[in-house]
Amino acid sequence: MATDPNSPRVGVDEWVASHEQRQERRAGILGVVQRELERLPSPVFYLAFGIAAAIVPAVTSDGYVIKVGLDTLLYMLLALGLNITVGYAGLLDLGYVAFYGFAAYGYAMLASPKFGVHWDTLAAIPVVVIATVLLGFLVALPSRRLVGDYLAIVTLFFGELFFTVYQNGQHMSLFGFGHPRDVTGGPNGIPNIDQFNVFGGRIGALNYKAYFYVALIIFLLLLLAMYLVDRSRTGRAWKSLREDPLAAELMGMPVNRLKLIAFACGAGIAGLAGTVFAAANTAVFASEFDFTSGLLIIVYAMLILGGAGSLGGVILGALVVNISLEVLRDPGHATWVFFTLIAATLVARLRPWLWLGIVFVGTVAFGFAVHAIVTAAWPRGVHGQAAVGGALGSGLKSWVILPSSPMTIGNVAFIFLVLAVLVLTLLHGWVQRLAMIPTLYLAAFVWENRLVVEPSVTRLILVGVILIVLMNARPQGLLGTSRVEIV
Amino acid sequence: MGRGRPAAPHFPPMNWNLFVTELVAGITHGAVYALIALGYSMVYGILKLLNFAHGDIYMVGSFIGFGIITVFGGATSLGVSVWILLFIMFFCAMLGGGLLGVMIERFAYRRLRNAPRIAPLITALGVSFFLENAAQLVLGAQYQSYNSYGWHNGQLWIHGFTLPAGVHVGISQVIVVAGTVVLMVGLTLFVRNTQLGKAMRATSFDREAAAMMGIDVDRVIVATFFIGSALAGAAGVFNGLAYQQVWPYMGFVAGLYAFIAAVVGGIGNLPGAVLGGLLIGLAQSFSIGYVSSAFSDAVVFGVLIAVMIVRPSGLLGRAAVTKV
Repeated sequence: MATDPNSPRVGVDEWVASHEQRQERRAGILGVVQRELERLPSPVFYLAFGIAAAIVPAVTSDGYVIKVGLDTLLYMLLALGLNITVGYAGLLDLGYVAFYGFAAYGYAMLASPKFGVHWDTLAAIPVVVIATVLLGFLVALPSRRLVGDYLAIVTLFFGELFFTVYQNGQHMSLFGFGHPRDVTGGPNGIPNIDQFNVFGGRIGALNYKAYFYVALIIFLLLLLAMYLVDRSRTGRAWKSLREDPLAAELMGMPVNRLKLIAFACGAGIAGLAGTVFAAANTAVFASEFDFTSGLLIIVYAMLILGGAGSLGGVILGALVVNISLEVLRDPGHATWVFFTLIAATLVARLRPWLWLGIVFVGTVAFGFAVHAIVTAAWPRGVHGQAAVGGALGSGLKSWVILPSSPMTIGNVAFIFLVLAVLVLTLLHGWVQRLAMIPTLYLAAFVWENRLVVEPSVTRLILVGVILIVLMNARPQGLLGTSRVEIV
Repeated sequence: MGRGRPAAPHFPPMNWNLFVTELVAGITHGAVYALIALGYSMVYGILKLLNFAHGDIYMVGSFIGFGIITVFGGATSLGVSVWILLFIMFFCAMLGGGLLGVMIERFAYRRLRNAPRIAPLITALGVSFFLENAAQLVLGAQYQSYNSYGWHNGQLWIHGFTLPAGVHVGISQVIVVAGTVVLMVGLTLFVRNTQLGKAMRATSFDREAAAMMGIDVDRVIVATFFIGSALAGAAGVFNGLAYQQVWPYMGFVAGLYAFIAAVVGGIGNLPGAVLGGLLIGLAQSFSIGYVSSAFSDAVVFGVLIAVMIVRPSGLLGRAAVTKV
């Protein structure tokens, strides 16, 4: 993968190129374990994941942990559906979250005091999911003849349309005819949604543990189904469509039908997730599904990080992204994670060891030097508070500059940090490594003064960065297979 | 209102004032969309890439203009004459927007030129999201206002002319439309007559063939990004002049509308982008005036779907032929 981007890509075949590497077996006990693990079929890992996940609510009674677990499972479901559309069929669906929202609202309308309708869950869910699938068909229909780019723009606009209609649906009339009626509750959303009730059994309000298991069972069943679809005729056809739509068509595949099916299947899974979401949270608001909420980008980041087209990647991506985003909420944890991550990345990527040492020692020394100068020249520059307590906090306080009013200087430093990182990617060799030292310090400064203070913005910035960096550095994600390109 | 009997549908006499007001608003909005759409269309023509970050360049341009107002003492106590201020605003916004566009191309898209189509699209989404939230971090989430009504006692709005039906058009709206026309004519002449423009057309027609003919494709792409993004920066200032408000997420919706304008007009086609921009601007403002502001999105979506079904390659676009 690490080839010069400007070199000609003619005849690149990564699968063949890495043939030797794959033949090399690791020696010793680790090699044996690795070989055996590779030989196991994937469902074994899914089962292991299912068991591990099922244990979580049993070992902890912490409501927060279970809620985060439920959110992660919902994200996994979303990523699983998106994996069909984006990962298998290669269609860029940017209105995906609208299907999720449509189904959440659909369930809310069929089972809440809003219209006085209280459908049984076993009736409401299929109706909502089928409606969502049909909506998916409708959205994909106009762009089925066109290239993927048009689909992206139609779906993106559809997502925006969904948001404005539901956000303003408190006086809705059909094109100005008839009396305006309150359909979606407008910005107030729909509250007091019914809990799931199956055969008279009812899940108690805000019983996240129960919903956790519901979501887990749905996810595992769908995961198994996807594993089978992946190897089925349709699954292979989708992947060939992704790799080369023209070739697929020439091979006699019903390209349009395959696209529509992929799109509708993705929408259907999002719909299923939406019903669980609505019931578990007992209220839905349109703003949760808006582009600015970042939901769409977060699901994309999960899918891409795990590796589009990989089922294990869906699990891993959702786990990594959602848990990191949750950790960011607490400044104390976030600071630990930030410095650990930076150190781990350096240790993993920086060779030879001598340079690793130089960069580490250099950054620490550079920090103390800057701190000493600032203390002498501008005492107010070190009077702020570190976001984390304990040893790390007091250590940081004598290393990072913490101005008493960090707002403006932190913002300027953020812009400089972005520029510095960009410049860093242009440099090579020892210049790059030396330039790392002030950049790392600048990063620590910006982190402590601005980013950790505003976690809600920082997490969205990081999601954007994940997408850009991954696409440039490792487009196949963590578990995806890299593209075999034969020209 | 119809409390006893169901109200019979009645059609009020034609309200010319409303009609002309919406016409003016539609043309002004359309001009801004057209400028953004031009950049979208240029980049798409050359790289076949939907640059989702284009709308955010427009946002950055708008904020640069706002920053310059602040530097010169704020809207109500400007230290310079309006014309000098406007000149500096446009210069800085276009330069800043252009440089930002070039940076995005260099650092985010260049490595992905030969990657599968979906990779640069997702990157563009990431860039867009990064810019929006970085702007929110640095500039704050709140709305800011150009407050062009307050510049030198409202000079830009009091002066102007009056259309039939008593609709007053301020100088600032004239500036928006006239400025857009000037920029578009300039761009057309540039693309048609200069050597670089010719190189751009050649590159968008067939990148590999252009490279074989000795055209420096990298340079052409950088120039395209610079010009397209500079237009977006100018559009940001125009929007501030006419509609006052700037905020970090303004680029998302405006970019979306502009992109639809480009698609409706025929993507990759410069006059098409202008036509599409005007059409979308008019559709939006008339649906705001006559239906409801909340559902203007639905009307624009309807226009998009209708065009895509009837003429998939856009109003002025040519149908693409896929060759193997």
